[in-house]
Amino acid sequence: MSFTFKGGIHPYEGKELTMDKEVIEYLPKGDMVFPLSQHIGAPAKPVVKKGDRVLVGQLIAEAGGFVSANIHSSVSGTVKVIEPRLTSSGSKVNSIVIENDGKYESVEFVPNNTPVGELKKEEILEAIKAAGVVGMGGAGFPTNVKLSPKNADEIDTIIINASECEPYLTSDYRRLMEEADKVIEGLRIALRLFDGAKGIIAVEDNKPKAIKLLQEKLKDDPDIKVNKMKTKYPEGAERQLIYANTKRYINCKMLPADVGCIVHNVDTAYAICEAVREGKPLIDRIVTVSGDAIQNPCNFLVRTGTNFAELIEAAGGFKSEPEKIIAGGPMMGKAVYQTDIPITKGASAILCMTKDEVAENEPGACIRCGRCVSVCPGRVMPNALADCVEHNDIEGFLEGNGMECCECGCCSYICPAKRHLTQTIAGTRKLVLASKKK
Amino acid sequence: MNFMSVALAAAVVGVVGILAGILLGIASEKFKVKVDEKEIKIRELLPGNNCGGCGYPGCDGLAAAIAKGEAKANGCPVGGDTVANQIAEIVGGDTSSEKKVACVKCIGNCEKAKDSYEYVGPMDCRLAANAPGGGPKGCSHGCLGFGSCKSVCQFGAITIKDGIALIDKDKCKSCGLCVSACPRHIIEMIPYEAPVIVECNSKDFGKEVKAVCQAGCIGCGICQKNCPAEAIKVENNLAVIDYEKCTGCGTCKEKCPVKIIK
Repeated sequence: MSFTFKGGIHPYEGKELTMDKEVIEYLPKGDMVFPLSQHIGAPAKPVVKKGDRVLVGQLIAEAGGFVSANIHSSVSGTVKVIEPRLTSSGSKVNSIVIENDGKYESVEFVPNNTPVGELKKEEILEAIKAAGVVGMGGAGFPTNVKLSPKNADEIDTIIINASECEPYLTSDYRRLMEEADKVIEGLRIALRLFDGAKGIIAVEDNKPKAIKLLQEKLKDDPDIKVNKMKTKYPEGAERQLIYANTKRYINCKMLPADVGCIVHNVDTAYAICEAVREGKPLIDRIVTVSGDAIQNPCNFLVRTGTNFAELIEAAGGFKSEPEKIIAGGPMMGKAVYQTDIPITKGASAILCMTKDEVAENEPGACIRCGRCVSVCPGRVMPNALADCVEHNDIEGFLEGNGMECCECGCCSYICPAKRHLTQTIAGTRKLVLASKKK
Repeated sequence: MNFMSVALAAAVVGVVGILAGILLGIASEKFKVKVDEKEIKIRELLPGNNCGGCGYPGCDGLAAAIAKGEAKANGCPVGGDTVANQIAEIVGGDTSSEKKVACVKCIGNCEKAKDSYEYVGPMDCRLAANAPGGGPKGCSHGCLGFGSCKSVCQFGAITIKDGIALIDKDKCKSCGLCVSACPRHIIEMIPYEAPVIVECNSKDFGKEVKAVCQAGCIGCGICQKNCPAEAIKVENNLAVIDYEKCTGCGTCKEKCPVKIIK
């Protein structure tokens, strides 16, 4: 039996384009751009200035608060300038620009081979913090903060999210296939922080090879389970993943830690292992470059700060003129209007599409079919919420639990009238959150 | 027909009626809800749009506040001087108010300001502001033109022309709803009689402004240097007029190299 939740959709997967190709390491040539805000929380503070020479793995900006993360250079070279640069979010963010000298001279990383059981908890958290590890599934929440919840003694489950339910994306899958040992080691290190906690690696059943590999490696480990998830979008959304694996509910006002769970992405587990075992900061990640407009879709091991355009070029460039370029997955990623933007810690993919299916269809009137309601994993009524927004009725929106929306995009995908449901609800959620902050 | 039974019935009903009447009379005196007569009169004078422009929950709220002395007699921006004077007769107090109108500080229409991409999504500025770069407009300070201000205006004073909101000075009742509806904060309340207006809101550097809009303030400071009354200042690369000092001579209008002062 596979684990799942209620609702959700089955979009075209598109994973076959890149799934079975080995990861290629890409060494960037052009200037590297490191936005100071690649994570949730306060922007990092630069510790280098114009003209400084930096090495691979050198700290260039330190955490600017408790919820913040260090940023390291991924190349050797000189700091060219610190100025606002465009990022994949579409806005300009203060960034450190480094001129790459192509030598890749590195600072020395100090490995730590103490067995997991003997590692000190503070030592682990310190290493993760120093390495600037953040959640690499996209949100970018600093990992050391996530691993030090207030109710640490109540945490009984750590879930590694390997469902990768977004279409086209295969970066997590490739990481599992090629570096499974390090991912498992990362999970074991995280489990060390919570006495008596069990680990779960959740993989969708469209990746049978990965499930087999993990089961093989973990057959003698009583603390870590491999859960086969039903292939469905959004199986990898945090709330749905926790429900599917533990049958515990959380709402928008709760954190996973409130029900004793912590969820990490595959790449994050790998980064934890690298940080603790090898003392290596987070300076690279796997990025899927795919879509029907790409000549040679594949996965790259990319250094953070690499330019999008350079990476697209490395994948053979465009087969035909792309209509739409998306940073991240097609469901939750953001469309970008320029390719002169850097890869950040949370960038999982660059997708180039020859067709913009959303723009092709004019939105019509709601035909009250209720499909959006039946697929909504947050169990709200997207049609009613969108109506409230159209009539400037924010109270109605809140009464209809609009804040429970996880912005997965299922309602917009399924809507036969092609209404912009997710955009409307997500935008209003942001307005409400912004007005609460004031 | 028994005459007695009819008389008895009439007497019983009559007595019950008189008793009930007395009880009701006592109750109405004892449980009387005191309503300030002033409040009722003020409420009758207010326009009744319930626009909320005064900051109170509708006209009832404002009437109660004025009667209690929490709000001024000229608290209703829609009613203007006429209503304020009538209310002042009831409550007394200062009524002098300068008439203000809302003004859109952007003239970067479809022709003058470029979009950085084609936007697909809900046609509402507040929602479009969540799109990459805060909306499709190249300038991150300019009018998006989806008409959120138009949809909240109860007086039909706002129209959208060539992707820019335009406000009819005479229809505007200065309730201020559009000011708070605009996600880019480009609508400002200015005096009705304002002789000159800076029609740009961009706080970017001149070079960046030039790159995205032909009708943007480049922060050159020529207006500031030439103003004889020192009423215009360039702050954060944007010219700002102090209407208290402005004499309306029009020098800034003539000297502005990008012609954004009108």
